[in-house]
Amino acid sequence: MKKQRFPQALNSYFDLLSEEIVLSILEFLGPNPLDKKSFSLVCKSFYAIEARHRRTLKPLRSEHLPKVLKRYPHVTHMDLSLCRRVTDGSLAVVAGMCGSTLRSIDLSRSKFFTGAGLLSLALRCENLVEMDLSNATELRDGSAAVVAEAKNLERLWMGRCKMVTDIGVGCIAVGCRKLRLLNLKWCVGVGDLGVGLVAIKCKDIRVLDLSYLPITDKCLPSILNLQHLEDLTLEGCFGIDDNNLAVLKHGCKSLKKLDMSSCQRITPVGLSSVFSCTRCLEQVTLAYGSSVNLDLADSLNKLSMLQSIKLDGCSVTCDGLRAIGDWCVSLRDLSLSKCSGVTDYGLSYLVTKQRDLKKLDITCCRKITDVSISHIANSCTALRSLRMESCILVPREAFVLIGRCHSIEELDLTDNEIDDEGLKSISTCYKLSSLKLGICLNITDEGLSHVGMSCAGLKELDLYRCTGITDLGILAIAHGCPGIEMINIAYCKEITDSSFFSFSKCSKLNTIESRGCHITSLGVAAIAAGCKQLTKLDIKKCYEVDDVGMISLAYSSQNLKQINLSYSSVTDVGLLSLASISCLQSLTILHLKDLTARGLAAALLACGGLTKVKLHASFKSMLPNQFFEHLEARGCAFYWRDKVFEAELDDPQCWKLRLEDMVQ
Amino acid sequence: MDHKENTWTKSFSSGNELLKNISTGEPSFPNFDSQQSQEKWEDPSVLDYRTRIEPPIKDFKQHSETQSSLPCNPNNQVKLPVQEDGQMDGSLQSSKIQDWDPRTMLNNLSFLEQKIHQLQDLVHLIVGRRGQVFERPDELAAQQQQLITADLTSIIVQLISTAGSLLPSVKHNTLSNTTAVGQLGGVYLPSMVDLNGGFQLQDNGESKVSDQSNQIDLAGNIGNEQIYHMEEHESKDEEDADEGENLPPGSYEILQLEKEEILAPHTHFCTICGKGFKRDANLRMHMRGHGDEYKTPAALAKPNKESSSEPILLKRYSCPYAGCKRNKDHKKFQPLKTILCVKNHYKRTHCDKSYTCSRCNAKKFSVIADLKTHEKHCGKDKWLCSCGTTFSRKDKLFGHIALFQGHTPAISIDETKGQSGPPDRGEGNESISKVRSINFNFSSGAPSGSEVQNAVDVKAGIEDPASYFSPLNFDTCNFGGFHEFPRPPFEDSESSFSFFIPGSSSNYTVPGSCNYTKKTGGESSSNNLE
Repeated sequence: MKKQRFPQALNSYFDLLSEEIVLSILEFLGPNPLDKKSFSLVCKSFYAIEARHRRTLKPLRSEHLPKVLKRYPHVTHMDLSLCRRVTDGSLAVVAGMCGSTLRSIDLSRSKFFTGAGLLSLALRCENLVEMDLSNATELRDGSAAVVAEAKNLERLWMGRCKMVTDIGVGCIAVGCRKLRLLNLKWCVGVGDLGVGLVAIKCKDIRVLDLSYLPITDKCLPSILNLQHLEDLTLEGCFGIDDNNLAVLKHGCKSLKKLDMSSCQRITPVGLSSVFSCTRCLEQVTLAYGSSVNLDLADSLNKLSMLQSIKLDGCSVTCDGLRAIGDWCVSLRDLSLSKCSGVTDYGLSYLVTKQRDLKKLDITCCRKITDVSISHIANSCTALRSLRMESCILVPREAFVLIGRCHSIEELDLTDNEIDDEGLKSISTCYKLSSLKLGICLNITDEGLSHVGMSCAGLKELDLYRCTGITDLGILAIAHGCPGIEMINIAYCKEITDSSFFSFSKCSKLNTIESRGCHITSLGVAAIAAGCKQLTKLDIKKCYEVDDVGMISLAYSSQNLKQINLSYSSVTDVGLLSLASISCLQSLTILHLKDLTARGLAAALLACGGLTKVKLHASFKSMLPNQFFEHLEARGCAFYWRDKVFEAELDDPQCWKLRLEDMVQ
Repeated sequence: MDHKENTWTKSFSSGNELLKNISTGEPSFPNFDSQQSQEKWEDPSVLDYRTRIEPPIKDFKQHSETQSSLPCNPNNQVKLPVQEDGQMDGSLQSSKIQDWDPRTMLNNLSFLEQKIHQLQDLVHLIVGRRGQVFERPDELAAQQQQLITADLTSIIVQLISTAGSLLPSVKHNTLSNTTAVGQLGGVYLPSMVDLNGGFQLQDNGESKVSDQSNQIDLAGNIGNEQIYHMEEHESKDEEDADEGENLPPGSYEILQLEKEEILAPHTHFCTICGKGFKRDANLRMHMRGHGDEYKTPAALAKPNKESSSEPILLKRYSCPYAGCKRNKDHKKFQPLKTILCVKNHYKRTHCDKSYTCSRCNAKKFSVIADLKTHEKHCGKDKWLCSCGTTFSRKDKLFGHIALFQGHTPAISIDETKGQSGPPDRGEGNESISKVRSINFNFSSGAPSGSEVQNAVDVKAGIEDPASYFSPLNFDTCNFGGFHEFPRPPFEDSESSFSFFIPGSSSNYTVPGSCNYTKKTGGESSSNNLE
């Protein structure tokens, strides 16, 4: 009682704020979940307001669900994907406590629940409109039939529910008549009949993903008959071929996105008949399909609304490219990654005609040279995203031209000849947020410091194996790009603790990959203290990192989810201290010389949230089977590796690989 | 038979060009006519009729083989045995008209001219003889009169048929009628007079052993009969043309059997010993034991006695159960086509299901044939719907579910309530579920039987074509006739099927069924137009 009165006297400022104002302040605390946490810790009234305000919940432990749900009565979206173990009991709790307020539930990575739990959800949460059951590989038709009881479902993901057959999908089709989104990717037990029934019963479907289903042409007519269908994914449907596509007469006027990647039996003839009945397509994906020749380009030309086309992995002819360039539509998005046959001649013509391109992907187009690049830079000045990994014939001078595309936000130059001059030019793209420079061996600190000085909005930087980069370059980046979130400095040999010290100023950093850098526990400790949002840390082959670093991580980085400690000097103590990080889910601990079986066992038992552990196979025999069984029952999966200890062989191998590439 | 045909074609080659156009020699089939006509062969007038009878039969057969028999065949199945000949003529006519050409017309006319001249000569002769012969003057006069009347009749018939083919709208009907009359007059009319019940027993002998005088008397009647026929057929054919079985009330005669009659185990009784039989054929086999007179080919072959009731009026049946849609008092009365339909309908809809499947102990049937059909598949049906209906094929189940609101596939093996729940629901509407299963025997068409009765009839058509077509069995082809064209009748079942659909399919907007009706409708209409 005393305590209550005491803050009242002091917090008079807050008394002036009405609850509405506080709530609207809360609305702005969106992006970082930690902010809301601290908000609720201010005082009891804030705590209560935050509890009433919260709509989404992503708990780590299903054990605490009753308490958590009591605190948050208005939760509409429940994300249980972080819970390593979601039993029927947990679902019953959710169903009982959320009741009809719950509108959405994500069980995409959860295991251990069955149809019974789903039934309680379906019966008590009658307003449930969204359910993600992806990866429920054990789910059978019976459970699917239970899902069908959720009559108001509008969005349902069932990716990789491999045990579900036509019968289960049939139940869902009959039960959930309001479905707008259905994802059946990898539901290999579902065929024409189930899909056909969905198309007949669920007339409201907007988004349908049928990737890798053993369906044939039989169900296609009824699918294209859906009045509202906008997004259809038929990736890897090997059963579909040209034969019956020709009879598709009734068009699907509403279809906007079509993905027919990896449908190997469909030729331009079949595609032509598909396109003739789906005139409103805006986005077509034909990756890994038939060759892009004149016929295909002509049939695509029927689509007057087309904006985006992805032809990844197709063999492309010059005529095809030129025909695409001659289309009357103006493309926004073109992907030609890994296309063989993309030449300067074709690509240059294309880009000079399609000047409105916003995204261009020419990854691994190994025949193009500076000619294409200069055409791209001159014509597509509005380009926002350019991916040109491994365009090995493009000389270093050409990259200077890219600087002309000032709107570029995303640039992938992995494995290219770019040098400091190029980087300097690129640094003029002030909107740059993602820059990938992996295996660019010609760049040094000088170029990188230009980037650091100009590109303040950089969020993602990949410097994988950029051996020319040292702490100075990193310092420039850390200094100039305070909003950086993800950095990869793996195998940058010259990088030491001082880089980590500079990173510790970047408070938004959440992913650091620093394999093979000369980092000690001091650097790790600095990052732990500075980067509170750190979720992924890879310090494989940082031989000097030891328990001290782990202890400071355990102390400060409470958001760490994933860590790779292979080849480091961490021992039982370090591992045990890591176990106190409640978020920790994934742990890779190969070749820790001083790790004992007992220490490992203790750490694994102590670390409650683990879902994935990569271990050396030798531990399998050192610990009793029951131990692993127990952990597996808690929801932890073990990945056993049997690689021998690798000395520092990486560099020569890397060079060798590169040489091979160049020979090709 | 061949021989006769040849003689016929020789003597009347000019006149019957048009018939020959259609008929291709089918020596095996038209046996029943030949047998009957053997006795009357001497009579020239009968000969005339014979000629007209023969081709139609062949044509009928041809017709069913080609499976294009839509407009007329429904009648064939529906009508009572007696009418069979007429129907065949009808089918003949339909194709005859299609093949009509002026040359045939010319032939016909010249044939008529010839005939008239012959008759003129005959009358001259009689006039010349008059007064010369005074022995038994009455008898002679009667004979002469008969002869002339017969010839005149045949001329009239021929004239009408010729004229009828000229009139675009009526030609069909007139033609069919006249020939039918000719034939009926020659052979059957005597027995028709006193028989009307569909399954009443008749005196065989009388109809078969027809003496000359009888024939000629009948021939005299033909004129009247003709007109009657014409009217009748006209109206009937119109309906056939537009859509299947949607006969306007009044265009057919409604018969309503009593419950006891329907449920009677036997419908054919031996006049001598009183033993009952389910099938007329069996009765005739039985009759052989009563004496040699029943062993004649004529007695065995043709279901004369079945050609009982009136040949003219189209017959439909009403279910005696008040309130049933098949009852004539119902607002949307839909008549049943045959007695067999009545029986199956009544048993399935209004009787207890007393036959239980011995394998599953769950399914019950009121018609033993249904039980047998079920037992063939019992246990094999692993695809289960929430309504309790089982299917032997998954696609049938899904087609079923696609059609019906609220039905879901039932989970048979799984742990969840899928197993216990749905069957309970299904128990209640046993009949409905049956209907559903029925519809799915017919995958492509999938006519959505909205009414139980509809679908039940449909079922009869599909599952047991033989029983459904037993009318055919009775009259046309009793002995092996059926086996000569087992396929066409089944096709016919599809077309007759279309009769039921218009009413039911309109209630549903299922693409499959719509397509189906369209398809059949299209066929029939095209047939008519040609």
